[in-house]
Amino acid sequence: MPEPQRARPKATPETKDFWDGVQAGELRLQKCNKCSKTYFPPRPFCPGCGHREVTSFKASGKGFLYSYVIHHRPVPGFTPPYSIAVVELEEGPRMMTNIVDCPQTPEALQLDMKVQVKFEKIDDKTTLPLFVPAKG
Amino acid sequence: MRRNQVAVVGAAETTKLGVIPDVSQIQLHADAALNAIADAGLTIKDIDGFATAVEQPQQICHYLGITPTWVDNTSVGGCSFMIHVRHAAAAIEAGLCKTVLITHAESGKSNIGRTPRGVAPDSLNGQFELPYGVAGPPSMFTIPVLRYLKTHGITQEQMAMVSVVQREWAGKNPRATMKDPITVADVLNSRMIAYPMRILQCCLVTDGGGALILTSADRAKDFKTKPVYILGTGESVETPMVSQMETFNSSRAFKVAGPLAFQEAGITHKDVNHLMIYDAFAHLPLYGLGDLGFMPHEETGKFIADGNTRPGGKLPLNTNGGGLSYMHSGMYGMYALQESVRQMRGTAAAQVPNAKISVCHGVGGMFAASGTVIFTNQR
Repeated sequence: MPEPQRARPKATPETKDFWDGVQAGELRLQKCNKCSKTYFPPRPFCPGCGHREVTSFKASGKGFLYSYVIHHRPVPGFTPPYSIAVVELEEGPRMMTNIVDCPQTPEALQLDMKVQVKFEKIDDKTTLPLFVPAKG
Repeated sequence: MRRNQVAVVGAAETTKLGVIPDVSQIQLHADAALNAIADAGLTIKDIDGFATAVEQPQQICHYLGITPTWVDNTSVGGCSFMIHVRHAAAAIEAGLCKTVLITHAESGKSNIGRTPRGVAPDSLNGQFELPYGVAGPPSMFTIPVLRYLKTHGITQEQMAMVSVVQREWAGKNPRATMKDPITVADVLNSRMIAYPMRILQCCLVTDGGGALILTSADRAKDFKTKPVYILGTGESVETPMVSQMETFNSSRAFKVAGPLAFQEAGITHKDVNHLMIYDAFAHLPLYGLGDLGFMPHEETGKFIADGNTRPGGKLPLNTNGGGLSYMHSGMYGMYALQESVRQMRGTAAAQVPNAKISVCHGVGGMFAASGTVIFTNQR
């Protein structure tokens, strides 16, 4: 039997554009054509006003560390301790992710520190938007 | 809803709590139900309304031999039972049924006949949370904590006092799972689960169940038990994804459900003699005190650290020991309700003298849902 692996997301018709974007190295968000609200996760209408015309766009991939835990228990595909974080994107929405390429310690992971998206290829089919501490 | 029109006339937990490897989940429902029915002095044929969560009503009704004219299967996590109380009160007032049984049971530790819970990879949680290594409540419910502490200036030492105080309450309760006293140092030095939360800040994992029986207040006076009236209730939901909460500095669902219940009850915070706030993790009582309006969030950590919620304190909180020390089979709301009922009957193991109003506040999922019930023993 193969070793249990990291959970893979499976796109739906409404989220396919987001995952296609990640595969292409773009973090895509959606914005309402009527009230201009930017939101996440993707859906083909605005959760602010219910308007059905929305536009997908490439986000900056920049944000800050809103909150996190450092998980110490075993999970398939992860080596504890590892961070599970929520970042707030420059455009407003928040998303869950992992902060990688830095020590997984409270000292290295400071709330409000700037972070930048890093597209991590998990396998041929799956790439995930992870985040790293922003340079400079 | 009108105040004090419906009362709890039967309340019981399963005969055993803790580790029960010789009883299946459906039988735990039945054990709690039969205990509550006996407590009320009724027979199974007197039940014409039924509510439960996770299991479907037909499963439990068929198993027990109930023919209901009203059912509710609101299943929004551990506060489902607070919401069942609210819905049952409305149904009884509307004449849809006369005598409602609400059950919860979970073979949370022993996993005997347990209903599976899973996350599909194409659900929103499966796409936007699961791939980042979340694995159950200890890795999700805890994610807002660091932001909450930073925003409100609460220290980890103050939050550790939540566990210390609740263990003190549990020490007075023969049915509590964990009774030995603990210190702040014990909490902060206990095994790390998901920084900043240690094992002593996470709820227990146990087996058990509980059941409530409600009927109209007019009928309640003919029962052998002391009626516990429903003074006010509230409910709400926010999001199944903890990452998508409006803010980590408070809970929107709490801020809707709690004040609704206070408004309906027509009471102020000074009127509250006894308080239960569902503590799946040690930060929940902090959120609850703030979002229910007892005090600004900034003061919640100091309030608990100063001993105000301890035995003898001015606001007795989680007097059974809570999910942290009493028991937590998976959906703790039922046990919080049981403790409120015991306090209003005057039969609690750690009884608050002369308590007349008890607020029982629940959370479902990871801040996904909330239900609040305010009880009184005065009509």
